[in-house]
Amino acid sequence: MTDYTLAQLSNYSVYSAMVVLTLAMLAHGLYLARIVPARESASTREEAPARELVAAGVGSEGSAASAEGAGGATADAVEAEPRSARKAAGIARMLTLLGTLLLVAGVVLRAAEVHRWPLGNMYEFAIVGAMFTLLAYVGWSTRRDLRWLGLFVVGPVLLVLGAATTVWYTDASELMPSLRSYWLAIHVTVATMTVAVFTLGAALGILYLVQDRLEASDAPPRSFMGRLPSARALERMTYGAHIIAFPMWTFTVIAGAIWARQAWGSYWNWDPKEVWSFVIWVVYAAYLHARATTGWKRQNAVWIALGGFVCVVLNFAVVNLFLVGMHSYSGL
Amino acid sequence: MSTTDDRTLSTQPAPPDGGAGGPVTLPRLGPVGWLRFVWRQLTSMRTALFLLLLLAVGAIPGSTFPQRSIDAARTAQWISDHPSAGPLLDRLGFFEVYASPWFAAIYLLLFVSLIGCVVPRSRIHWHQLRARPPRAPRRLDRLPAHREEVVDGSPDEVRDRLRTALRGRRYRVHAHDDSTLSAEKGYLKETGNLVFHLALIGVLVGVGWGHLLGWKGDVIVPVGKTFANTLGGYDTFSPGPWVDPTDLSPYTIRLDTMDVAFETEDKGAGQFGMPRDFRATTTFTGPDGRAEQREIAVNHPLETGGGTVFLLGNGYAPRVTVRDADGTAIYTSATPFLAQDNNYTSVGAIKVPGARPDDLGFAGFFLPTGVIDDERGPHSVFPDTLDPQLALTAFSGNLLPGGRPQSVYTLDTAAMKPLPGKDGADQLRILLRPGETFELPGGRGSITFDGVERFAGFSIRTDPGKTLTLVSALLALAGLVLSLVVRRRRVFVRVRPDETTGRTVVSVGGLAKDDDEGMDDEVAAVLTGPEGTR
Ligand code: HEM
Repeated sequence: MTDYTLAQLSNYSVYSAMVVLTLAMLAHGLYLARIVPARESASTREEAPARELVAAGVGSEGSAASAEGAGGATADAVEAEPRSARKAAGIARMLTLLGTLLLVAGVVLRAAEVHRWPLGNMYEFAIVGAMFTLLAYVGWSTRRDLRWLGLFVVGPVLLVLGAATTVWYTDASELMPSLRSYWLAIHVTVATMTVAVFTLGAALGILYLVQDRLEASDAPPRSFMGRLPSARALERMTYGAHIIAFPMWTFTVIAGAIWARQAWGSYWNWDPKEVWSFVIWVVYAAYLHARATTGWKRQNAVWIALGGFVCVVLNFAVVNLFLVGMHSYSGL
Repeated sequence: MSTTDDRTLSTQPAPPDGGAGGPVTLPRLGPVGWLRFVWRQLTSMRTALFLLLLLAVGAIPGSTFPQRSIDAARTAQWISDHPSAGPLLDRLGFFEVYASPWFAAIYLLLFVSLIGCVVPRSRIHWHQLRARPPRAPRRLDRLPAHREEVVDGSPDEVRDRLRTALRGRRYRVHAHDDSTLSAEKGYLKETGNLVFHLALIGVLVGVGWGHLLGWKGDVIVPVGKTFANTLGGYDTFSPGPWVDPTDLSPYTIRLDTMDVAFETEDKGAGQFGMPRDFRATTTFTGPDGRAEQREIAVNHPLETGGGTVFLLGNGYAPRVTVRDADGTAIYTSATPFLAQDNNYTSVGAIKVPGARPDDLGFAGFFLPTGVIDDERGPHSVFPDTLDPQLALTAFSGNLLPGGRPQSVYTLDTAAMKPLPGKDGADQLRILLRPGETFELPGGRGSITFDGVERFAGFSIRTDPGKTLTLVSALLALAGLVLSLVVRRRRVFVRVRPDETTGRTVVSVGGLAKDDDEGMDDEVAAVLTGPEGTR
């Protein structure tokens, strides 16, 4: 096959992945819509006037219900998921799997086309990053029930793929001399995988903060959030993702420094990309610190982690394109 | 962590007020008391956290403002473009963020805090490593994980079985009395954490060491020329404060060939003309006088034993001969011109001090693939030499007024006058292709463009701190992984005979550092595992 056909195949593969993932996202959304506790939708209709009265009082009843219900552990909340929800989740799972495979195929074809590791420009970083995010999600799903997380993973992935195929698209090309090194495969691959895990961590962190608000407020869980893990469990999962990602990022920075010494003569040059990698590292270190600091609220720690993720996004989307430095590999 | 130290397994130094939220009394502090107070504040986790966040924020301006140490020209340009903000920001160190006093203050405070925090922790941990697990608390059912069962066997038998089970799960076990067991594992968590923090100090020391004792020098070497590693051989040389620049290892590097490849197929936006390969073949003659052929390429530096040679740049050096009115060559040299863009539109100057009646100077462009249009002036459209051209203007006068040091790439025309053009234009414009000669007006002789050489831009650097930095960084990584993966757990066992059945009541309680989802399972596993009670 010529490289040109491979290029076409790779692009078709990525496009079909996007179509399939869009359907997957809809199915994940449908799943969440269907698991809204049935009792609540019934009760909101019947008891609406009554609740207003209670709310005007102290609302102790409501808060008790919510505190238990939010964990998905009260007797009546445990009632089986509606069949339609389970069906939607099954479809979502199959579609996510298919979309992931198509994206993997897109990346592999791209690599075959350019005869090198497919991490040489922004388009490639983006599709490989999206692929790792999906793989991490799919892999983790085999170990625990993560159907509720699907929408919050597939959604951002689609956003990234959309930007990749429209704004960042670059035709396949060879590498600049400074990128020709096995350190590309090591440093950039681990960096991209780490970003995938940070993405999961950020999604979980946001869900935690929302869940925490809901649990603290007196309103009974009227949305699908009532079926999600408790705030405490979500916070633990957030932490779990970050303690995997943080050492990986540490490794990324060390590997980058080793490579910088080879390619640029000095292991640290305070080039904007390096500055931001350092900032990201420090912010996530602060998150781990904050979580371990006596008297610091878990919520605030998670806010720091989300700040770290904002830095990750800036490091990719802004630093590559707008700041002058030696990491000018966007291909744009 | 609202409970007491014993129950939370905390390894942090206790907060200054002992963690109690009691009424705040403000004792009168003498100077020593104040110092102690400040020290405690500085070494608290909160301060560390605050300083970490400050460090992150403080690092950002270095990526948004041009930095003098990286690109002095762009920095100067920025300052002159912003006449009001520029000088002010300059005074505040925004163009040298990573060498500025305030940035140093942040990280030095952080590291003082780090040392103040880690040293006492190391001491505590050292004692804990050799101490026995603490006595079992009286009420095991108050621990976060707890199980109680009635099992077969006498209390002593049951206790022995559990001791074996705990040892099998790699607990350190100790019996403070006849009816209990205290077990603890996961000391490596704290060890890893301390190694991580201590190694960070190693990284800082390594960086500082490299700064003090390292040096770097840059030199441009045209093909066929030889560079000798002496202070005078460099175009620029920046030594660390403790470096003796006269003490350089005596080796030479001759540039034999410089091979460069550019993208010639138009494969999509922005790729045409992109660099693909840079490779310098050199003859390296070491201090012992032995010569060997060595290749230097991007990502493949040359280790000399006295500095590492990196190929960081390349470009063109047009070979030019200037003759006087009699036809004697008074200047013959390949003069490097510096590339200004990706297509190697290069600028440079040719200085001919011995010309008569005055010094001659030429300034202008070398274009590997030249195009001259009204809009952009002379520029190159491809980085390789498809149609090399030299576009110059000429000056006569004094090249070195006042003997001031000046760049070899620009002409100081303060004491020079442009040579006028033929048809009355006030500026002579010379355009040469290889082999062509231009007769200068007024009997000043001629200039010939003989051909083009490539040059290599070498950067030679040493960093004696880099090994320490690397080893420390890897240690930090290893410590970090241990610290995050290992779980610190305590398990306590209490056995007592069950009066009614003659069996044994066994109570197992577990306590972990941080919230540890697996603690319940751990307690269950101790109780029912292969060596446990069943
Ligand atoms: C260069 C600055 C520092 C960095 C980058 C840093 C980073 C970290 C990281 C990533 C962790 C998480 C590891 C874990 O949870 O086990 C951690 C934990 C910890 N750090 Fe630091 N740290 C720094 C300075 C300090 C300072 C100044 C202190 C003391 C005031 C300190 C005290 C601690 C303690 C006590 C823990 C363990 C928390 C726990 O019990 O889990 N660190 N640090």
